[in-house]
Amino acid sequence: MSITPWMQQIVPKLKKYTLETLLAKKVRLDGRRLDEFRSIQVQPGYIERAEGSALVRLGNTMVLAGVKMDIVAPFPDTPNEGVLMVHAEFVPLASPTFEPGPPDENAIELARLVDRSLREVRAVALDKLVLEPGKHVWRVFIDIYVLDHDGNLYDASMLASMAALMVTRIPAPVKTEEGYVVDRTRYTGLLPINHRVVSVTIAKLAGRLIVDPTFEEEQVADARLFIAVTDDGRIAGMQKTGMGAFTEQEVHQAVRIALAKSKILLSKLAETVEPYRKKLEEELQKLAAAPATTTAPPAPSEREAVETVEEAGIALEQETAERGE
Amino acid sequence: MVVQGEKPQLIRKEVRDGKEVLVRHDGRLPDQLRPIRMEVSVLANADGSALVEYGGTRVLAAVYGPRESHPKFMALPDRALIRCRYHMAPFSTSERKSPAPTRREVELSKVIREALEVVVLTELFPRTTIDVYMEVLQSDGGTRTAAITAASLALADAGVPLRDLVAGVAVGKVDGVLVLDIDELEDNYAEADMPVAMAPSLGQIVLLQLNGVLTPEEFQKALELAKKGIMEIYQLQKKALRSKYAEARVEVTS
Repeated sequence: MSITPWMQQIVPKLKKYTLETLLAKKVRLDGRRLDEFRSIQVQPGYIERAEGSALVRLGNTMVLAGVKMDIVAPFPDTPNEGVLMVHAEFVPLASPTFEPGPPDENAIELARLVDRSLREVRAVALDKLVLEPGKHVWRVFIDIYVLDHDGNLYDASMLASMAALMVTRIPAPVKTEEGYVVDRTRYTGLLPINHRVVSVTIAKLAGRLIVDPTFEEEQVADARLFIAVTDDGRIAGMQKTGMGAFTEQEVHQAVRIALAKSKILLSKLAETVEPYRKKLEEELQKLAAAPATTTAPPAPSEREAVETVEEAGIALEQETAERGE
Repeated sequence: MVVQGEKPQLIRKEVRDGKEVLVRHDGRLPDQLRPIRMEVSVLANADGSALVEYGGTRVLAAVYGPRESHPKFMALPDRALIRCRYHMAPFSTSERKSPAPTRREVELSKVIREALEVVVLTELFPRTTIDVYMEVLQSDGGTRTAAITAASLALADAGVPLRDLVAGVAVGKVDGVLVLDIDELEDNYAEADMPVAMAPSLGQIVLLQLNGVLTPEEFQKALELAKKGIMEIYQLQKKALRSKYAEARVEVTS
């Protein structure tokens, strides 16, 4: 059941007034233009133990995305495809408004938005993640961890997820009598990516459209429009969120802004994540060329790097039951 | 969404009235709605209720309130709370759906509530709660838009003051063709599914989701198509409400 937010942080009336009057002069409280992003930092490979990861900072907002992979049975309706799953955690250390516990509707909405935006354009080439059709496929788990909430979690999470996927290395599958186990001391290649997808979320505040809202701006805004854009300029997903509305004209204007601003995020990926991906690719090629005895990179630690397929299979059954669509 | 076997032909060419037109698997034109039926005050207990059918999709909505908020600490001093639940009956789908709320239902409850917040005059009922329950009895595509159409009718039926009704419809892209009010079969093979809901007289889009991929030009056309369908549904909503009051008048005079 969804309930009107009743424990929101209060924005003082004076601050709301200042925000709105400044906007009328086309300036924002932090000095940005209406269509300007805050500083964007992407740090790929932040978690070495994950198959892929990225830390994104959008002004004071900080989101970490980690990718883990395992081998499971595919869904019955897609026997020739790997499985993609997205989860988001709003960890309580990120904001005074976050509570410990299972994901609330906001976290679920965020995860599902990222999931759809990646899935519908086939950003990850899931058809190339099949070990044995109908029996064993790779499952790609994206876990979004919101570490500091200063607004626009959508765009930060989308960017972190995309960056993490781009630098994901596939561990080595080892065939056993029962099926497959994963050897995480070796990698066989990089995750195949078809498209880069980013999102631009536009908030409507005092009748004006602004890009990359801060937490305060979000509190005052009427509504937001999440727009996912692909590297070839198509719209990969959209969602109105918040208690207000948009006119048709505003929606079209928002789409134009999103298409233009997506280039900034895409070039950020090209500048910071693409070189890292190249570096990983070269390393993997070098290892593949070297004699087998020297290929093993230092194992991360004494903890088991191999997970049995059975465990993963049980987990998938639970996921499938939960998915229920 | 379990798709098995060969993909059926969803769009074909046909000659109608001497003109070649595109026709959908159920005989509809691309810009045609399914047969729509609406009825208000269908439940005895609820303060307001409505049954809405878009073809095979059947949704029941009920409103309780405004009533005192429980627990009391949640009550807001300046407005009513809206609680909203979109739920699918276990027998509404081809395979049984577990009655436990799925992540999808949690998300849809949220986007529907946020759409209704735009039209309900919550400031008139501080410290109260308005409950809106939607049960999808049978699912054949477009359930969230049928649910929101039903919810706004139930709110009106309950006498909750509204700025406008809310009408919703889903537009899809099937075999490269934009189609209005997609059903489940079309949705299973669709390249895009875009549910839209509007407060038509206010000219406000209160719910907008796009699942799938569209070019900016296609999006513009899709939104136009959705608006056309919403205007038709809006007229049906007003008719459904008026017919209820017309009946009441007959009761009084006879």
